Amino acid sequence: MKVAVIQFPGSNCDQDAAWALKWVGLEAELIWHTATHLEGFAAVVLPGGFSYGDYLRAGALAKFSPVMAEVRRLAERGNPVIGICNGFQVLTEAGLLPGALLANTNLHFTCKEVGLRVERNDTPFTQAYRPGELLRLPIAHGEGRYYADPEVLEGLEERRQVVFRYAALTPAASADYNPNGSLNDIAGIVNARGNVLGLMPHPERAVEAALGTTDGLGVFESLKAALEVVA
Amino acid sequence: MEETLNPLLQETGIPPQEYAEIVRRMGREPNRLELYLFKVMWSEHCAYKNSRPLLKLLPKEGPAVLQGPGENAGVVEIGEGWAVAFKIESHNHPSAVEPVQGAATGVGGIIRDIMAMGARPIALLNSLRFGDPQTPRTQYLERGIVSGIAHYGNAIGIPTVGGEVYFHPDYQENPLVNAMCVGLLRSDELKRSLASLGRPVYYAGAKTGRDGIGGAAFASEELTEDNEAKRPNVQVGDPFLGKLLLEGTLEAIRQDLVEGVQDMGAAGLTSSLSEMAHKSGLGIELDLDRVPQREAGMTPLELMLSESQERMVLVPRPGKEAALEALFARYGLDCVAVGHTLPQAVFRIVAGGQTVAEVPTQALAEAPTYVREGQEDPQVQALRQRDLSGLPLPGDLHRVLPRLLASPNLCSRAPVFERYDHQVGTNTVLVPGKGDAAIVRIKGTGRAIALKVDANPRYSKLAPRLGAMHALAEATRNVSVVGARPLAYTDGLNCGNPETPEGYFELSETVHGLVEASRELGVPCVSGNVSLYNEGPSYRIPPTAMVGVVGLLDNLERRAQMGFSKAGEFIVLIGESWGELGASEYLWVMEGQEAGAPPSLDLKREATAQAAIRELIAQGWTQTAHDVAEGGLAVALAEMCFPYGLGATVELRDLGRADALLYGEAPSRILFSVSQAHLQAAVGRLEGFGLPYRILGQVGGEELTLLLPKLRLSWSVSELRRAWATPLREVLP
Repeated sequence: MKVAVIQFPGSNCDQDAAWALKWVGLEAELIWHTATHLEGFAAVVLPGGFSYGDYLRAGALAKFSPVMAEVRRLAERGNPVIGICNGFQVLTEAGLLPGALLANTNLHFTCKEVGLRVERNDTPFTQAYRPGELLRLPIAHGEGRYYADPEVLEGLEERRQVVFRYAALTPAASADYNPNGSLNDIAGIVNARGNVLGLMPHPERAVEAALGTTDGLGVFESLKAALEVVA
Repeated sequence: MEETLNPLLQETGIPPQEYAEIVRRMGREPNRLELYLFKVMWSEHCAYKNSRPLLKLLPKEGPAVLQGPGENAGVVEIGEGWAVAFKIESHNHPSAVEPVQGAATGVGGIIRDIMAMGARPIALLNSLRFGDPQTPRTQYLERGIVSGIAHYGNAIGIPTVGGEVYFHPDYQENPLVNAMCVGLLRSDELKRSLASLGRPVYYAGAKTGRDGIGGAAFASEELTEDNEAKRPNVQVGDPFLGKLLLEGTLEAIRQDLVEGVQDMGAAGLTSSLSEMAHKSGLGIELDLDRVPQREAGMTPLELMLSESQERMVLVPRPGKEAALEALFARYGLDCVAVGHTLPQAVFRIVAGGQTVAEVPTQALAEAPTYVREGQEDPQVQALRQRDLSGLPLPGDLHRVLPRLLASPNLCSRAPVFERYDHQVGTNTVLVPGKGDAAIVRIKGTGRAIALKVDANPRYSKLAPRLGAMHALAEATRNVSVVGARPLAYTDGLNCGNPETPEGYFELSETVHGLVEASRELGVPCVSGNVSLYNEGPSYRIPPTAMVGVVGLLDNLERRAQMGFSKAGEFIVLIGESWGELGASEYLWVMEGQEAGAPPSLDLKREATAQAAIRELIAQGWTQTAHDVAEGGLAVALAEMCFPYGLGATVELRDLGRADALLYGEAPSRILFSVSQAHLQAAVGRLEGFGLPYRILGQVGGEELTLLLPKLRLSWSVSELRRAWATPLREVLP
């Protein structure tokens, strides 16, 4: 059950994603962005980082990397694809997910722990969670404000494509739980088919108690369970 | 009159006596290019002319030391075949002139130093000093410098795990930006800056352009009013290229393609190649026509002085040249042979087929050193000796604590560290704001390292020698308080002009203070950086020894953080419960005075207190510990309430001035909390160590309550937290 972790020039959470996949017992392999086939891989992770230095616009150049044709083919075939942080930005730029990620409202890179609510657990990425479960996950991005046209946004909500929403962890934090100004508090969405997930928070940074929270483990355990069903 | 004979001396600013020395060493008059090579190589930044004789005094040996000063970074062993390379470096003058790029390239530069040792950078720290926080200039510098650090560190994917920010009016014109990087390597893969005879010398990375021309020399002069004119001296960083160069270089080392590695940092091609040749006991011939160039028509002088970023020097192993070139081609980076080693120890530069410069490598590398006469600034002496006994007691002790917590040097640093990715790499066990030092675990082992950089400029200004001792004592204490044993440190010395008696006195006293503390605490210095000339017509910075300590946690599971997390635990203070008001933050914030002597420091007591807290943590008796620093006991207790919003009730029975009891400062003091089950064992061990201690009270509730002999002070934790969290957020939203 091999998962490809794509390395674009400038990716920097590639090793972390591979570590988290291996942590739950999945096989993970780092694939340089010039690869032209992904045969033998059951799923793909587009990791966080600053692909191509985020020059021009985050994710805008990575979508032209040779490997993206293959990522698209797997996505269309129904294989699970996860884009984390910069990976989410690449997926929106590549048109595999709707909407765009704009600069945070504070206009700064922000690294801290946030609260998230799991909106649905009937995806290959969230079966290990309870619906409505509150998670503590780290964010680390400068451009994470989810934006989409009103019609697109409405469609996303109608088809229940919002998987994770920023949420207050405690009543005291209720005022400023949305860290970047995302519309509808959106932190993560899936495509209509439900096999492509993009999220700004970093579940791969939250799989070990030593690092402060294990709330991200569910994403990788869910993926593992989903891949085992397919196999 | 000699100056009129030689306009080059005027142009380069080389003093006549040094020029005479250059002529003597070369056996002839140097040409213009050659003279400029000397100018940059004999700058304080590259040659440590004024500091080298002093730095020689620092203890450098220790059981863990694998590489001491003299290479790109120091290296200590941490067991199981692993070692860490680390160094701190200043980028003060560039950051004063162009804060974003100045700070960014400071980070980039120190990362390459660590790579050059064959280590993968795993953590960054920084130490920043600004002037008056209310002024537009300070806020401009703050925003720019923090952005620059974030820009480089976040993009290259190395977590910024710790740091410190301090405001003091004497840094108004001359902010300090010191960046520290820590890298991980296998002990047997240590790389050095060496080349063997007949080997080609490769240039890898970004192309050379007209940026940062003469940066090392610029860093070795006082800042002047035409700072703006110095903008071309500032380098421009590209973390994306930096990331590619990092991966390419580490892969080349892993595949054993290279025998020698050297960062191209200050003084660019000049310093990296001439120093590599000198250390190897060889010469180097450099062909400038082969140097990758970003702009057309660059002169040999511009090429030699450029400090374009993201460049490395690599010496391939025989037969590995093609593999090395192919590896870098994969990353889209230049990797070309620009020269080769020579048997005769000269640095020869060729352009257009002609030799344009040829200088003995030893002459360049071994600049003259100076030992000067220092004298203490009488104004500083007067401030230190000011009598504080008549200081009035504040009428309302209750309002002091929120005011201290909201003061520039004590308020929350979250608005700064939230700009930095402190978790990439998934090794950061103790993130900023959670403990006195950062903890970074080593994957695949049960071990971790603890990291801290620290310096108190108020102590150092008023008593340079004692201040430096405090800096090392506090940084090692912070590392001990999370449970780690300090192994070694890197020192970032930032001082004024060494050519003045006051500047030299402060530099010399600072080093002597470090020497003494180093010896008594058993912690050697393995690397460092000197930034002098942080002085102008109307100011001189306080001597600032930024001490970056690396410690080892043998067992990651046995560690401590600073926040109270369990109601009912007992709060114990190691040390006395009274502090001193001299040089204190309280005196500055409440009385507007910077005066008096810093608290005295008993280094033996300090070492014992640190050993004791490490043992209590290693025994598993405490998971919560925090040192008592600026702001005294009351501030330290409040800081322990913040991470989890849990309060405490504490009784201070000592008589004496209430303000000194609550807010006075003294070293070697550590607060920790312990469950009833382990209380007896813990205090029994403290008695065994012969340390004074007090059981002060208990954790619990939502308020911090301090009971004094005739006074009860109580604040809600959330109210204190609000006062503490807001001030810096207004500048860095």
